[in-house]
Amino acid sequence: MINYMGKRLLQLVPVLLGMTFIVFMLIRAIPGNPAQVILGQLATKEAVAALTESLGLNKPWYTQYFNYLAGIFQGDLGVSLRTKVPVSQEIFPYLAATAELALFAMIIAIIIGVNAGIISAWFQNSWFDYLAMVIALIGVSVPIFWLGLMEQWVFGNQLGWLPTSGRADVRDPVTAITHFYLVDTLLQGRFDQFIEVLKRLILPGIALATIPMAIIARITRSSMLEVMRSDYVRTARAKGQKMFIVIYKHALKNAIIPVLTVIGLQTGLLLGGAILTETIFSWPGIGRYIYDAIGFRDYPVIQSGILVVAFIFIMINLIVDLLYSVVDPRIKYK
Amino acid sequence: MERLNMRKKLLEIKGLQTTFFTDDGQIPAVDNIDFSVYEGEIVGIVGESGSGKSVTSLSIMGLIPSPPGKITGGEILLDGKNIAAYTDKQMQKVRGKDVAMIFQEPMTSLNPLFTIGDQLKEAILIHSPKWSKKEALARAVEIMKLVGLPRAEALLKDYPHQLSGGMRQRVMIAMALLCNPKVLIADEPTTALDVTIQAQILQLMKDLNHRLNTAVLLITHDLGVVAETCERVIVMYAGQIVEEAPIAEIFAEPKHPYTQGLIKSVPDMRYKKDNLYSIPGTVPKPGSIKVGCRFAARCEYAMERCTQETPPLYEAGEQHKSRCFLQDEQEVKQRVERFIES
Repeated sequence: MINYMGKRLLQLVPVLLGMTFIVFMLIRAIPGNPAQVILGQLATKEAVAALTESLGLNKPWYTQYFNYLAGIFQGDLGVSLRTKVPVSQEIFPYLAATAELALFAMIIAIIIGVNAGIISAWFQNSWFDYLAMVIALIGVSVPIFWLGLMEQWVFGNQLGWLPTSGRADVRDPVTAITHFYLVDTLLQGRFDQFIEVLKRLILPGIALATIPMAIIARITRSSMLEVMRSDYVRTARAKGQKMFIVIYKHALKNAIIPVLTVIGLQTGLLLGGAILTETIFSWPGIGRYIYDAIGFRDYPVIQSGILVVAFIFIMINLIVDLLYSVVDPRIKYK
Repeated sequence: MERLNMRKKLLEIKGLQTTFFTDDGQIPAVDNIDFSVYEGEIVGIVGESGSGKSVTSLSIMGLIPSPPGKITGGEILLDGKNIAAYTDKQMQKVRGKDVAMIFQEPMTSLNPLFTIGDQLKEAILIHSPKWSKKEALARAVEIMKLVGLPRAEALLKDYPHQLSGGMRQRVMIAMALLCNPKVLIADEPTTALDVTIQAQILQLMKDLNHRLNTAVLLITHDLGVVAETCERVIVMYAGQIVEEAPIAEIFAEPKHPYTQGLIKSVPDMRYKKDNLYSIPGTVPKPGSIKVGCRFAARCEYAMERCTQETPPLYEAGEQHKSRCFLQDEQEVKQRVERFIES
């Protein structure tokens, strides 16, 4: 197990190296110069050239790239061209905002998706099955920006039940400790703020949960249908076990591996930031952080932001791989 | 052999009919069968694939995959109570406790993700929820020793994939016996096993039947298995019972042409033949023959009457029944007369 993890972590190095190179070259292929963006349209050529030099952007690309890599190996993700703050300091609140939203969305997606899939398989071809699968189909097809706007219009504008933007009330900002606001408000005993933060998570959470929920429901259903035809499920019933326990214990544990894979992939994707959802709900997450950086040609932020997101994605999937062996004793990693 | 009518009738199947409702129409996989299982006996049900023997056993357990299958007629009396009319919830109290079942595929019949101990313990705790886990495990070890599993305590922590096929089938038998069932249904328990292991498992089932007095309903396609184990045998063909007889009689004097064909199909080591005997043709699809004997198309004795009337189960001896017009006294008389005339 430890060996296997070591091997997988070693494999990370070439993957991330390749990725940094591609991102590094791609952002330099976008027209536009950071110095020009910073100084504005009317800046003189001399001023732009001077700033370019002071930012170190006049050096050959390989020098820049190796400087950047050298920094990363020392834990230095570079300094934002725009804010002059080191990316490693600046990035965390954005990551936390995204993580809080993504985890909230995944919890909704898993609870509803897995159960809908199980019940659909249990009562195959029933009205519930048909309804759930039609909703799941709509769920994967509906454009997120449309769903987000509809939520805002119905629950924010028409019904007025829920706030439609931001992580917290601007008139009563949350004092950040961990930058996970649900945790922070609880640590400070501010239950009123906790409720406020929770309310603000609901609409973007649902918008973000829709696609993973639909995918999870469909995978769970097909995996359960296969397992429920198996001999050991019949054995469990032959023992006189209740149908509920047969399904939620004997069948589900066997059906869960493909579902775990999907959950891992989707969690990884959501943690990478959801630009559409974050934009619609003014969520200060990593997706918008990187998106804004692209607008400013803020090279260090783009490079390092994507690196961090990729690292998280790979780690989540490594964790999922390790979970397989927890679920299934036949899977052994060497 | 002790007279059957002296013993208590444990399980009585009366006019059982199990139908599968498919897109191609209704398929009566089991069509109006009657038989009984008495206390402490081993009864064999023999037939080719598609004869309805497995559907019969699953019907008794209430485990017919539904939809598409359903018991559409008849009664299954267990100790006089009609369990065919029970709801699934009521059946949960019967399964594993009064009637237990072991299956053909020991490789896939145990849940791969739970330890042997977990699975055995579960079977006890379902029916004796007041037992502690420790008591349940102790009982599991006791039964594991009874079915001849070595180092039972250590096995409790093993997963099914760590056991051989024969050991897994012993675990399945142990699991079935945990709650002292009155009837044990064994659906092809040795088909997937090596011949040597097969003999051990059959011997074990005979021993257990003898020691615990559990009645056994043994489903098989193998007449050799029946010969070694059973006291009585029921031959099924295309969803019907075609012959029922004590074991000695069925091999000495098979009455139904199908049974005769089955016995002839068993390879005999004493004679080396180039061609093994086989009954020509295949089992008809259930429900495809509405009138007449279902075996007529493959029967070497078939006569006109066989395709026009459906033969009833004739008494062919004291405990012997055969679904063939050859048992009809009048028919026999007419045949003899015709023979003399010619």
